[in-house]
Amino acid sequence: MQSLTLIQAITDGMRTMLKERDEVLVLGEDVGKNGGVFRATEGLQEEFGESRVIDTPLSEAGIIGSSIGMAMNGLLPIAEIQFMGFIYPAYEQIMTHATRMRYRTLGAYTVPLVIRAPYGAGVRAPEIHSDSTEALFTHMPGIKVVCPSTPYDAKGLLISAIEDPDPVLFMESLRLYRSVRGEVPDGKYKVEIGKGVKRKEGDDITLIGWGAMMPVLEKAAIEAEKKLISCEIIDLRTLYPIDKDIIAESVQKTGRCVIVHEAHATGGLGNDIISIINDTSFLYMKAPIQRVTGADVHVPFFALEDHYLPTPHRVMEAIEKAIYF
Amino acid sequence: MGYENDFPMQQIVDKDGYFVREDYKNKITRDLVLTFYRHLIRVRAFDRKAKNLQRQGRIGTYAMFEGQEAAQVGSAMALKENDWMFPTYRDHAASITFGHSLPTIFAFWKGRVEGGVPPKGKQIVPPSVPIATQLPLAAGAAMAEKYKGTSNAVICYFGDGATSEGDFHEGMNFASVFKAPVVFFNQNNSYAISVPIEKQMNSKTIAQKSVAYAMPGIRIDGNDIFIVYFETLNALERARNGHGPTLIEAVTWRYGAHTTADDPTKYRNQEESEKRREFDPITRLEKFMKNYGYWDEEWVEQETKLIDEEINQAVVDMESMPNPNVSDLFDHIFAEPTWTIKEQKDAYLTHLRGEA
Ligand SMILES: Cc1ncc(C[n+]2csc(CCOP(=O)(O)OP(=O)(O)O)c2C)c(N)n1
Ligand SMILES: [Mg+2]
Repeated sequence: MQSLTLIQAITDGMRTMLKERDEVLVLGEDVGKNGGVFRATEGLQEEFGESRVIDTPLSEAGIIGSSIGMAMNGLLPIAEIQFMGFIYPAYEQIMTHATRMRYRTLGAYTVPLVIRAPYGAGVRAPEIHSDSTEALFTHMPGIKVVCPSTPYDAKGLLISAIEDPDPVLFMESLRLYRSVRGEVPDGKYKVEIGKGVKRKEGDDITLIGWGAMMPVLEKAAIEAEKKLISCEIIDLRTLYPIDKDIIAESVQKTGRCVIVHEAHATGGLGNDIISIINDTSFLYMKAPIQRVTGADVHVPFFALEDHYLPTPHRVMEAIEKAIYF
Repeated sequence: MGYENDFPMQQIVDKDGYFVREDYKNKITRDLVLTFYRHLIRVRAFDRKAKNLQRQGRIGTYAMFEGQEAAQVGSAMALKENDWMFPTYRDHAASITFGHSLPTIFAFWKGRVEGGVPPKGKQIVPPSVPIATQLPLAAGAAMAEKYKGTSNAVICYFGDGATSEGDFHEGMNFASVFKAPVVFFNQNNSYAISVPIEKQMNSKTIAQKSVAYAMPGIRIDGNDIFIVYFETLNALERARNGHGPTLIEAVTWRYGAHTTADDPTKYRNQEESEKRREFDPITRLEKFMKNYGYWDEEWVEQETKLIDEEINQAVVDMESMPNPNVSDLFDHIFAEPTWTIKEQKDAYLTHLRGEA
C-alpha cells in the first residue's frame, strides 16, 4: 500500500503492466523522455526502454491507427492522447477500425487497445484543452469508456482496461490528477469495468456523477445535509457499459435523482441514465429527474469556465427542486 | 534519397551581420532596415512582458517565441493589407507585425474569448491551437480569393511537428491541386514540445516535402530577416500571379520552454540552447546596422522607450477590460440561439441572480 495521487496511480498501473507483460507498450506525444506533459509516464522510458515507451510523431491518427495495427497483431498498446480535445484526428481510426475490427472479422481480429486521454475543464488551460466529450465515444458501438475519480480505481480500472479484449477509452480528469490522493495497493489488482460504486449512503435523493464531478457532488451533499436532506452518491466509474443495477437499486430507494456531468446537455450521458431509470424504476420516482450539466455551448475560454462547469451550488438547487417538487 | 541536397539553407546576411548575397545590396533601404529593427525589438519586448505577466499570475499559460522573431516579423512584413493570416499559438510576432492589437493578444492568454477577435479590416484568424488544422483552412481561404478573382494571398504558419499531422498533407495537396494563392510558412525550431525533429521525421529538411506536392519549396535561415522577407515576398508574388502555393521552411530556434507550463530541462540542455544566441536574429540585425552604417544609438533608445510605453499601456488596457460577459457563453454559438441554448441561458442567469 502506498498513498498516491490519481496521476501517480495511473503511472503505477502502467508500470505494473509493463513489468507483467512484454506485449504492453506505451506510446504517444512526449510520453518518453519528457515523461508526458502531465508526467503520467514519468520514468517509464528509463525503466523499460525506448522500444516499449515510445515518443511518436505528432499525429493522433497515426498514434491510434498504428496502435490498432499493433493490437491486432498481438500487442497491448496503451496510447496517450495528450488532451481529449486533440483526439479528433483519431476519431476516424477509433470509429471505423478500433470499434469494428472484431465485428468485421467475426472475432478473427480484435483490438485490445487502451486510449488514455486527460479531459475536462477547471484548470485555466488554454482553449480546446478542456473538452469532455465522452458521449461521442459512448455512442460508438464497440468501445468501452471508463473514468475513475480515485487513485485506487484509476490503477485498478487501468489494469482491467489493459487486459480487456476490446478497446477502452480511459478518461483522466486533469482537475483530479493531483488534487486527490488515496491508498493504492502495490502490484496488480483490478477494478471491474461496468461496475459503479456507492460513495455515500443516503435516503432522500441519489446523486450520480463520475470523474471530476465527484468532489462537486460531495460538497453538494454536505450542503444538503445541513438542510436535513440525505444524499446517496454514486460514482459511475464506467460510462459504457453503465452499471444499471446500482442506479436502479438506489433510485428505487430514494425516488429522486440528480445527474451531474460537465459535458453538454444535449446528447449527454445524463440522458442515457434517465432512460435507464425510466426503464427500470419509472413507478418508483417521486419527482422528475434533474440534470446539472454544461450547456449546449463550447467549453469556454477559461475566464468563463467557472460559469460553464457544474458547481455544488447548482447541484444544490437541483436537489431542492427534486425534493420540494 | 538525399532530397535535402536540393534544399540548401539560403541566407542574405550571415550571423556576423555581413552580406553573403551582395546582389541584395541595392534592394535594401534605410527605411526597410529600421522597420525590421523596430518590429523585432517591439515583439521581443511583448513576448518578455507576456512571460512575466504569466509568472505574476496576471495571464494564464503562455507560449514564448523568443528566438523566432525574424521568421515571424520578416514574413508578416511581406504581406499586403488585404492578405489573410493563419497563425498558431506561437505566432504573435507575426500577427502583431501584421497589425493585431497587443491587448487583444494578452487577452487571448488571459482566457478571454475577445482574444480571438481580428482587428478591424484585417484578416487574422484566431491562433490555431489544434496542430496543423489551419492548413486546409488556409488553402480554402486562398481558393476563395482565387474564385473571387482578387490578387490577395494567404499566409499560413505552422511548426516542424505539425508536418506529421494528416492535415498538413491534405492542406498542401489541396493548395497544390487547386493552385491556391497560399504560402505555407514553416518555422522549424527543431522541437515539438520535447520531441526533437530527428524523432519527428526521417527527412532531413521540411522544404523537401514540397516535392511530393509539386510546389516550389525553399529552406531559409529563419534568423536572417532579410532572406525571410524577400523569399516570402517572392512566394506571395507567385501566389498573386496565379502560380499557386509555396512551402517555406524557416530554420530557427526557441530559446526557452515550449510554454510557461513546460520544463525544457527534461528533454534538452538549456545551456546549449542559450548558446544559440550567437545566431540571434536581433543581434544579427544590430551587427548588420553597425557594419553598414544604419546604427543610430539615439534612435534606438527613443524607439525602445516608445515601445516600452506602448506595451505597458497594452497591459493596462488588457487589465481594464470589462469583466467577461457571461452572455458571451451563449450568444455566439449560432446566429440565432436554439431553444436549448435560450433555455439554458435563462436558467443560468436566473441562477446567478439567486432566484432559482
Ligand atoms: C492536434 C494536437 N495534438 C497535440 C497538441 C499538443 N501540442 C501543442 S503544441 C505541440 C507541439 C507542436 O510542435 P510544432 O508544430 O513544432 O510547433 P512549435 O510548438 O514548436 O511552435 C503539441 C504536441 C495540439 N495542440 N494539437
Ligand atoms: Mg517546433
